[in-house]
Amino acid sequence: MEVARATVQHIVIVAVSVGAAMVIGIPLGIWCARNLRAGRVALRIVDTIQTIPSLALFGLLIPVPLIGGIGMRTAIVALILYSLLPIVRNTLTGIRGVDPTVVDAGVAMGMTPRQLLRSVELPLAMPTIVAGIRIATVIGIGVATIAAAIGGGGLGTLIFRGVAMVDTRLMLEGALPAAGLALVSDLVLSAVERMLIQR
Amino acid sequence: MAASVEFRGVFVEPILHEIDLSIRAGEAVAFIGRSGAGKTTMLRLVNGLVRPTSGEVLVDGTPLAEIDLIALRRRTGYIIQGSGLFPHRTVYENVATVPRLLGWEDGRTREAAREILAKLDLPLERFGERSPRSLSGGEQQRAGIARAMIAGPSMLLCDEPFGALDPIVRRDLQDAFRELRSGVTILFVTHDLAEALHVAERVVLFDQGRVVADASAESFPRLQVPLVERFVAAAGV
Repeated sequence: MEVARATVQHIVIVAVSVGAAMVIGIPLGIWCARNLRAGRVALRIVDTIQTIPSLALFGLLIPVPLIGGIGMRTAIVALILYSLLPIVRNTLTGIRGVDPTVVDAGVAMGMTPRQLLRSVELPLAMPTIVAGIRIATVIGIGVATIAAAIGGGGLGTLIFRGVAMVDTRLMLEGALPAAGLALVSDLVLSAVERMLIQR
Repeated sequence: MAASVEFRGVFVEPILHEIDLSIRAGEAVAFIGRSGAGKTTMLRLVNGLVRPTSGEVLVDGTPLAEIDLIALRRRTGYIIQGSGLFPHRTVYENVATVPRLLGWEDGRTREAAREILAKLDLPLERFGERSPRSLSGGEQQRAGIARAMIAGPSMLLCDEPFGALDPIVRRDLQDAFRELRSGVTILFVTHDLAEALHVAERVVLFDQGRVVADASAESFPRLQVPLVERFVAAAGV
């Protein structure tokens, strides 16, 4: 029963963080594609966050007022920061990768920048953006297990407790569902990606 | 309603130098020249994809700077090499792009698509739901022409539209194109003189960003201009 609860909690943590990272990251990626020079700076910042080891990032966030502290909130903030890079980078790459003659044709037919984005650039960049979401999700599921170290909840709780009690069964009750979640989400999102490419 | 186009002292650094050229409403003009002569830039000036460094471009007597470019582009057909079709949309959706931007109702759009696709030998029933990827090069180019012409544009800008096609398909398309050219001003970029003489009534030759010859299609091949003679020799016309 505890496994089920921890699994649901794990899914919620990852879904909320990746969801928030999409809300922030996709517009940011579009902005980076439009403003290449400033975009490079933004991408560098997001990239730097990604290089901080996850446990260190949790440690850094705990003393921060409002978003820090012990518990799930800090875990989610850290996961959002981690999920940003693949989403921003893939949105940028996807949009810059659209065939310039197709973009040209859209502009020449009298599409406004917004119409061009919505009906040409985003649909054609979508497989690349989904690939970014997939990477963010898989990384997120992994990092979320570590979040248990700062009281973030989820499947990591079982793993850490198992380690502390030298209880292999308990450890596996956390580890196996976490691994399963990562594999399943990778498969599902890969399938979505392929579907989008074929269209 | 066909539109007139005028270039007044247009410079585009470093591509075009002091272009003065005026094109009557309804005229079909070919721009020829070697690669890098500035032909494509000439076209892109007309729909505002390129802005002049100095000088001005006028459409129907109004400077481009004072024209709503979005509206101008919606009544200007643009046909490019490789067609520029949206790969994620069906042939019908591609052809319906400008009518949808103009807010036409579906029935009218469908009728117009049926008519223009029929003229280009791509019957809507057979080709409407196909993906551009499933078409041959010639069919893609026909769909591109249909997309550019569906809303009855006042100008057609064609940038080597038939450049990548084999000679037979190319001749077919040139013929189909000739049939469609009434009531619209046509600027047609090509480096093939035979094609220029076939689709246009006036030929303007560019070299290094300047106009070096400008004459009717009948008299152009007889001009005593060295570069014209070389083009004539190369085209065997």
